[in-house]
Amino acid sequence: MTTLVQEQDDHDEHHAIPTGIKRWLYTTNHKDIGTLYLWFAFIMFLIGGAMAMVIRAELFQPGLQIVEPHFFNQMTTVHGLIMVFGAVMPAFTGLANWMIPLMIGAPDMALPRMNNLSFWILPFAFLILLMSLFMEGGGPAFGWTFYAPLSTTYSGDSTALFVFSVHIMGISSIMGAINVIVTIWNMRAPGMTWMKMPLFVWTWFITAFLLIAVMPVLAGVVTMVLTDKFFGTSFFDAAGGGDPVMFQHIFWFFGHPEVYIMILPAFGVISAIVPTFSRKKLFGYSSMVYATASIALLSFVVWAHHMFTTGMPVFGELFFMYCTMLISVPTGVKVFNWVATMWRGSISYEVPMLFAIAFIILFTIGGFSGLMLAITPADFQYHDTYFVVAHFHYVLVTGAIFSIIAGTYYWLPKWTGVMYDVTLARAHFWCSLISVNLLFFPMHFVGLAGMPRRIPDYSIQFADFNQWISIGGFAFGLSQLIFLALLIKACRKKGKPVDTQVWEGAEGLEWQVPSPAPYHTFDKPPEIK
Amino acid sequence: MKNKVSILQISISLILSNVFSFAFAAESSEPMPLNMTRGVTSISADVYDLHMQIFLICTAIGVVVFGLMFWAMFFHRKSNGHKAANFHESVKVEIAWTVIPFIILIVMAIPATKTLIAMEDASEPDLSILVTGSQWKWHYKYMDHDIDFYSILATPTEQINNQWAKGKNYLLEVDRPLVIPTGKKVRFLMTSDDVIHSWWVPDFAVKKDANPGFINEAWTNVDVPGIYRGQCAELCGKDHGFMPVVVIAKEPAEFELWLSQDVSRRQAAKEEEQRLLAMNMSFDELMAEGERAYMAKCAACHQPNGMGLPGVFPGLAGSAIAVGDIKQHIEVVINGVGGTAMQAFGKQMTKKEMAAVITYERNAWGNNTGDLVQVKDIFEFMQNN
Repeated sequence: MTTLVQEQDDHDEHHAIPTGIKRWLYTTNHKDIGTLYLWFAFIMFLIGGAMAMVIRAELFQPGLQIVEPHFFNQMTTVHGLIMVFGAVMPAFTGLANWMIPLMIGAPDMALPRMNNLSFWILPFAFLILLMSLFMEGGGPAFGWTFYAPLSTTYSGDSTALFVFSVHIMGISSIMGAINVIVTIWNMRAPGMTWMKMPLFVWTWFITAFLLIAVMPVLAGVVTMVLTDKFFGTSFFDAAGGGDPVMFQHIFWFFGHPEVYIMILPAFGVISAIVPTFSRKKLFGYSSMVYATASIALLSFVVWAHHMFTTGMPVFGELFFMYCTMLISVPTGVKVFNWVATMWRGSISYEVPMLFAIAFIILFTIGGFSGLMLAITPADFQYHDTYFVVAHFHYVLVTGAIFSIIAGTYYWLPKWTGVMYDVTLARAHFWCSLISVNLLFFPMHFVGLAGMPRRIPDYSIQFADFNQWISIGGFAFGLSQLIFLALLIKACRKKGKPVDTQVWEGAEGLEWQVPSPAPYHTFDKPPEIK
Repeated sequence: MKNKVSILQISISLILSNVFSFAFAAESSEPMPLNMTRGVTSISADVYDLHMQIFLICTAIGVVVFGLMFWAMFFHRKSNGHKAANFHESVKVEIAWTVIPFIILIVMAIPATKTLIAMEDASEPDLSILVTGSQWKWHYKYMDHDIDFYSILATPTEQINNQWAKGKNYLLEVDRPLVIPTGKKVRFLMTSDDVIHSWWVPDFAVKKDANPGFINEAWTNVDVPGIYRGQCAELCGKDHGFMPVVVIAKEPAEFELWLSQDVSRRQAAKEEEQRLLAMNMSFDELMAEGERAYMAKCAACHQPNGMGLPGVFPGLAGSAIAVGDIKQHIEVVINGVGGTAMQAFGKQMTKKEMAAVITYERNAWGNNTGDLVQVKDIFEFMQNN
């Protein structure tokens, strides 16, 4: 074992890091690939955000002003696809690449070449998706959920590109997930037992299993859409013995675990940040692990709560209502654990903590509206209205994305070796916090008042609220440019150098390597106490 | 409407639309309600109560949890000199905050289950109506009477395109509303001719998907006479935002009156058609009627200028069908084109409208074929095919 490690060291010394574009194209280094993922996610976040701006501009007042309805539908569709598959998921994979080896004391990810491949196919997937917008007839316009037969018989030719692009995204995610599992299973430093792993590692480990379980289901359903549209099959066409509702069952069997794929790693990030700035150990570590696992298991038996209005048998509706309500128990445990961690701590409010606290409160609001949506009779009124839009944006924007931002502010000094511009970071926080609530909170009321989602024009009673929502949207969009400026500044190493520890209360292996983290870390496994 | 969008266009239209919003200020409307409607049926009231219960439970939990959190955030601050305690586990507390929410959920699940079972029991209706969605209109067929009709958005295009001031019921008005009796159990059978739609009237707490090839059930029993408005609630393509639902609930006696009036109305329409069969309409008459019908039924896809949306909906200006064989043109309008968005308009339009629309399409936008199609041509085609 010693000789082996020695050999690897020698090898590294002879191996110069290529410079320029080659460094990034050929890299098998987990830190480089993590950086690539994170920048890619951020660029996609801005592109998807720009589409949201088009949506909000059209909805600024009643009537059709800026875009015609068919283009509006393309915007809502591609906005959703980009944010889910291009922004949130790659951002978490980026964090996983950077942090999992550092947290478990491994020198790199277990499968570095596959790691390179799983990143580099992603830009092509999104290039294909974005280019389809410029085809005759435009890009996909059937919502990110691409319900058949709107996405089959009644869609444009760009559907083929959409399907191909989703396939590539799926392959990328599956490879990323395999890499995470193999790394965590095999490459933990001696003494890093399962129940010593940081929660971010645990949540990602469980997420990776979810990914492997459901991404093939997504691949299956898009393939069925492809053959229904182009090759004469009738999976979702009653005329040929199929069933359009079966599409929704298959899609949501992927789709519901997918929403946990986007939130479980967020729980991990928050569970790292809250103890650091409360200067107190995470409350209920093992219950956090079990709660994560229960949420993951339950996520497989709740999918049809997206489909209460499709005409299920009462027994089916009851089953999915009860299971969905049940999910709030382990989710509640997590929130209680974070609050208990802060309780009688010694709390300070650095920027990562600000975002983490905002996460806890706003994600919980999204959780509450989720519980309301679980009540089937009430769901008949909420379903497909802006209430749902408010709900999933609270859990995805102020949930998943706030946690990604929190994680970035937490680990960025470790990545760059300098403290970022804290004034800008605080401005980013307050601008985002105020605008995001102006953006999404009124949507609850608009939805309860009866405004359906995915409409380019609305009756005049909704005008005032939509105007406020749009103003909130523009402000939130602009606030993210502060983040962009801060990130560019930090990546150019403008700022005060930080020491190894960075944050006073931080614990974990990542805080034992120098800042910035050297290109190769843990060539020799660290000591775990 | 524009097909290509540039940043410049967006900003210009934003500025312009702001200016025009003063010029074309909408008629004052009632302020938007901030909460779910209580509705006008006992079921909708139950749903409202469930909504308020779960909302209040969530609020109460939120107040307690966030209250504790803000307490810690304020009093357990490092800048206050607060020293961190050392606890990080307590089995008792953890059992408590697992079991208590569980009990709350059971309390919540009981009334929800009762209401749900009642909602899904559509048995023994007094009246059944087949509701069929299609892009982008609703069709109602009274199963117990010989009545069926389409219900289409009545808001003028000029209001949507900001040329006219918007009316009070902007986007929530139709040419022919559904009429139902009060105090009777009305069962809706939902289906669709093309994509999935969803029929929603908030005041009834009825929202049910209309799936092509399958039939769903829902029901209501309205207590209060009135006009109730809703919308399609499932993305169904380009004009998903433009297919409202309007239901008029009438006292049973008035409903019976309406039924009999409808019978005589349809009788008159039939007589009119017979009269038209025997005569020829002039070119100008056909073009005027054709333009009206085209704008109402065809322009959503083929566009007012006949250019269609390239790659989505074919244009008619200079198209092989519109300037080619008349028989084929009539065939496409009457029977539609299978596997595409082109619907069979044979059952959606009167023969007069079809004759006029086909004449219009063959002579508008430079298609100057000079062809006239009369009601009897349509009649003959339908007889022979």
